[in-house]
Amino acid sequence: MNYGELFRVTLPETALDLAALLVLLVDLAFLRKAALQVRVAMAAVLGVVGCLAAMWAVGMQTSAGFSVDGLLVLANGGVSAVAQMGVLILTAVTLLLLIDSSFTKHPGEFVAVTLMAASGGLVISAARDLLVIFIGLELLSIGLYILTAFGKTSAKSAEAALKYYLFGGMSAAFLLFGFSYLYGLSGSTNLSRVVLGTYMASAHGATPLLMLALVLVVAGLGFKVAAAPFHLWAPDTYEGAPAPAAAFIASVSKVASFALLITISHTALHFMESFHFKGGYVTVRVLSAGDPELHMTPGFITAWPLILILISVASMIVGNLAALAQTSVRRLLAYSAIAHAGYILLGLAFFSWEPRSAQAILYYILTYGLTTIGAFGVIGVVERATGSDKLDAFLGLHKRSPLLAAVLLILFLSLAGIPPLVGFWAKFNLFAAVLSVGGGFWPFALVALAVAMSAVSLYYYLQVLKRAYVMPAVDETPIRVHPVTMLVLVAIAAAVVLAGCFPAVLQNWIASF
Amino acid sequence: MLAWTIYLSFAGALVEALLPKGKSALARAVALMVALTGLVIAVTGFAGGAAQGRVVLVDAPWVPAMGIHYTLAADGISRVLVLLTGLAAVAGVLFSWNIELRTNEFFAFFLALIGGVYGVFLSFDLFLLFVFYEIAIVPKYFLIAIWGSTRREYAAMKLALYSFAGSAMVLVGLLAAYATAGSHSMGLVELGHAALPVSFQMWAFPLVFVGFAILAGMWPFHTWAPTGHVAAPTAASMLLAGVVMKLGAYGCLRVAMGLFPHGMDPWGFGFLGIGSWRDVFAVLAVIGIIYGALVALVQTDFKFVIGYSSVSHMGFVLLGLMTLNQIGVSGAVLQMFSHGVLAGLLFGIVGRIVYDRTHTRQLAELETMHLSKRLPFAAWGFAVAGIASMGLPGFSGFVAELQVLVGSWKASPWWTAAAGVGIVIGVAYTWRALQKAFFSDTPAVAHEHGHELAAITWPEVTGFGLLFGASLLVGLWPRVLLDSIEPAVKALLAGGAQ
Repeated sequence: MNYGELFRVTLPETALDLAALLVLLVDLAFLRKAALQVRVAMAAVLGVVGCLAAMWAVGMQTSAGFSVDGLLVLANGGVSAVAQMGVLILTAVTLLLLIDSSFTKHPGEFVAVTLMAASGGLVISAARDLLVIFIGLELLSIGLYILTAFGKTSAKSAEAALKYYLFGGMSAAFLLFGFSYLYGLSGSTNLSRVVLGTYMASAHGATPLLMLALVLVVAGLGFKVAAAPFHLWAPDTYEGAPAPAAAFIASVSKVASFALLITISHTALHFMESFHFKGGYVTVRVLSAGDPELHMTPGFITAWPLILILISVASMIVGNLAALAQTSVRRLLAYSAIAHAGYILLGLAFFSWEPRSAQAILYYILTYGLTTIGAFGVIGVVERATGSDKLDAFLGLHKRSPLLAAVLLILFLSLAGIPPLVGFWAKFNLFAAVLSVGGGFWPFALVALAVAMSAVSLYYYLQVLKRAYVMPAVDETPIRVHPVTMLVLVAIAAAVVLAGCFPAVLQNWIASF
Repeated sequence: MLAWTIYLSFAGALVEALLPKGKSALARAVALMVALTGLVIAVTGFAGGAAQGRVVLVDAPWVPAMGIHYTLAADGISRVLVLLTGLAAVAGVLFSWNIELRTNEFFAFFLALIGGVYGVFLSFDLFLLFVFYEIAIVPKYFLIAIWGSTRREYAAMKLALYSFAGSAMVLVGLLAAYATAGSHSMGLVELGHAALPVSFQMWAFPLVFVGFAILAGMWPFHTWAPTGHVAAPTAASMLLAGVVMKLGAYGCLRVAMGLFPHGMDPWGFGFLGIGSWRDVFAVLAVIGIIYGALVALVQTDFKFVIGYSSVSHMGFVLLGLMTLNQIGVSGAVLQMFSHGVLAGLLFGIVGRIVYDRTHTRQLAELETMHLSKRLPFAAWGFAVAGIASMGLPGFSGFVAELQVLVGSWKASPWWTAAAGVGIVIGVAYTWRALQKAFFSDTPAVAHEHGHELAAITWPEVTGFGLLFGASLLVGLWPRVLLDSIEPAVKALLAGGAQ
């Protein structure tokens, strides 16, 4: 074990944790007497600086990662680096939107916990070992439970946190249980060894035990990405959590969890140089094993996409249809998040060894995360002005704050997938990637379902925009928006427009790692 | 140069959105200037391109990794439809001169819609075409929902969802075509050369055709059209009927028929004389012609008469497309132009000149108002526009529908016979509406005479003159458009996309 190497590889996480401690120190030691606004601003700025430092550290990584006994534990570069960058950028944006919030008297703690949770996200994005994955997930999750409960004066916040925690604890147990079976099947906790081991153990199709293990793993990870039927916590948590915490859960936590799913899907394909059907079996050329050709139906690769397809279809349908009936905009966003998770899971189910699939999914989740943070930023402002997140709180927004309404218009149309906004390009890219992987009837049918469901989604996004732009205002007093908040929101909206008009820029950036 | 119609409209929309509130006059002036400049560019482009075939305006790599290009080009069909858009835009601004509510926002959405429409007609990359196609959907929703009348929120949502459902079908078809052709290019020309398997075209063609045809008002997917037209403010109904429905028909022609020509091959078996997707859609088009005309015959709301007549007239466009011969398809394109101009004219008269003064569109109430005496301009304007619309020689409608009928005779005389019945009913519903709304001899109700109707204003006269003049010019001298349309149609029919 080379601790110097370990330290070098975990430099981004270290930077975040140091920043968290610094925030606590400054807030608790020097700013006890200062006004809340100052403390919030200071904590947020220090947090953003920490994120920037960690981004620099991610960019500086040169090695392939940290290995023990020749097996990769934490990876650098590629998908991991993009996801880490995404986690850090989205965390920084979330913190910037904190500036004028007043839901807590303890901004230092809030920012510190946010940064620590983000460091968990960094670990998950890079992890290649079951135990490290689990540690990263817990680091992130525990931070999220605390953040959800931070609205100490709100009973809803406490209820949401408790629900989130109970669901989370149970899903973590499922995940660990599934991991233990995988270990038993393969004799290793290293992800690539696990996949290879399960190939051997299930040479003639997925054994019931492997199937059970994978279902348990998917149940645990499905909870993290809020995929149906593991989504029940999402609406309550999105509704009850303080707006910045909800934004963090909806974006950063999703990026990290999907990065992990990409890693697993990628590793599952890793050992196959080629595979084709022959006489009922898939002939697999295994790269690292001595035997050049094994005749088998590798369990992992048959079972894994199948489970993903099932929860993808369930998420697309449940998310979009349930969102139609919502009256709270936060719950609406929660169900729409479930639907978006469904689209992404489709991309994971039809995953290819080519970087194309991973890049399309990363593109989707990063832009979706940014858009959602912006949406929660707008909701936060409206809530402060009206005290409610109901649809009717948005009545006449175009009169009360034209700029805010314009931002809302752009973000929600992007979520609905209207060009030239980035949400459209992300969907197009993802579905094109799905179709480029799988031929035949099912990929077309599932993409058709996804596109049809995103046509349904326009209805509920328009319900919000209708209130902002069309229906008569009840209250026409202007909404005052903090200039920094407004600036950040406008910047997000501009990014959504520009990334949609020039999709190649972000795509090249993702491909450059 | 033609590409500037797009940029100019979007820039205009942005400027309008940023204008200070309450400066209605300024907003109007800006909108008129943008629309006029667009029209001038369109006319110049049309005149300059008359002798040329397809001219590529811009071709830059957009997303190189996926073979997506920013390709704008114009052929004879595009140039005619761009010209139509320019006319409809100017007339639309003129007929919305009296909008006082959130004027700058109105014109912002209006110009954004126009920009999207220009974009669709000029795109020769499918991805780009689809982007512009969807850009045109959202402004329609807001135009109707905010500035509309009768059941506007319902109508706006219905229209948005129908459009989005249609574009979802198109998107699936395009993604499938892209993947099937090897994920190299979204270019219309390149994909046209890709020789997609016939079995694939057999299901992709109806999917994409229906997706576009929803917006063209094809029966039985037309129901958004009458409610949408009626609820929309005048300028929006002019645009909806005038150009947006043409987006659908254009998509059917350029994308569905251009990309999947073998989707129209015979199935190899027949049922009730229907043996291919081509027969299916031709029959639906004929049903649309007759059904739209019959329903228009019994409407009590003046605007619904025009709304359903649009369904009927668009049926001619779809029928013309399905003839698959030179004269029929040329006629369809000509009918797109003709109906665009005439529907704009009729909606302008009914929505702006009549409704904004009488505040009713009920034919029963209009009967008591003796509008032929009180608004002679409206009465005679509607009379000549109606005559043009029912297909009397000398106007654009005649040339266009005649060509479609000749073309369909070559394909199947039954279609022609049925469509001919539609024309006869068209005469009936136009006369009925004209008589009831303007020339009724029902005794006047006393209190209706109480207030004087506002005088006709110059924007109304100008807008009327512009559209009517265009119809008359094309009616008297159809070659001006046909010389441009025919070579492009010939190329399109001969070799897939090009």
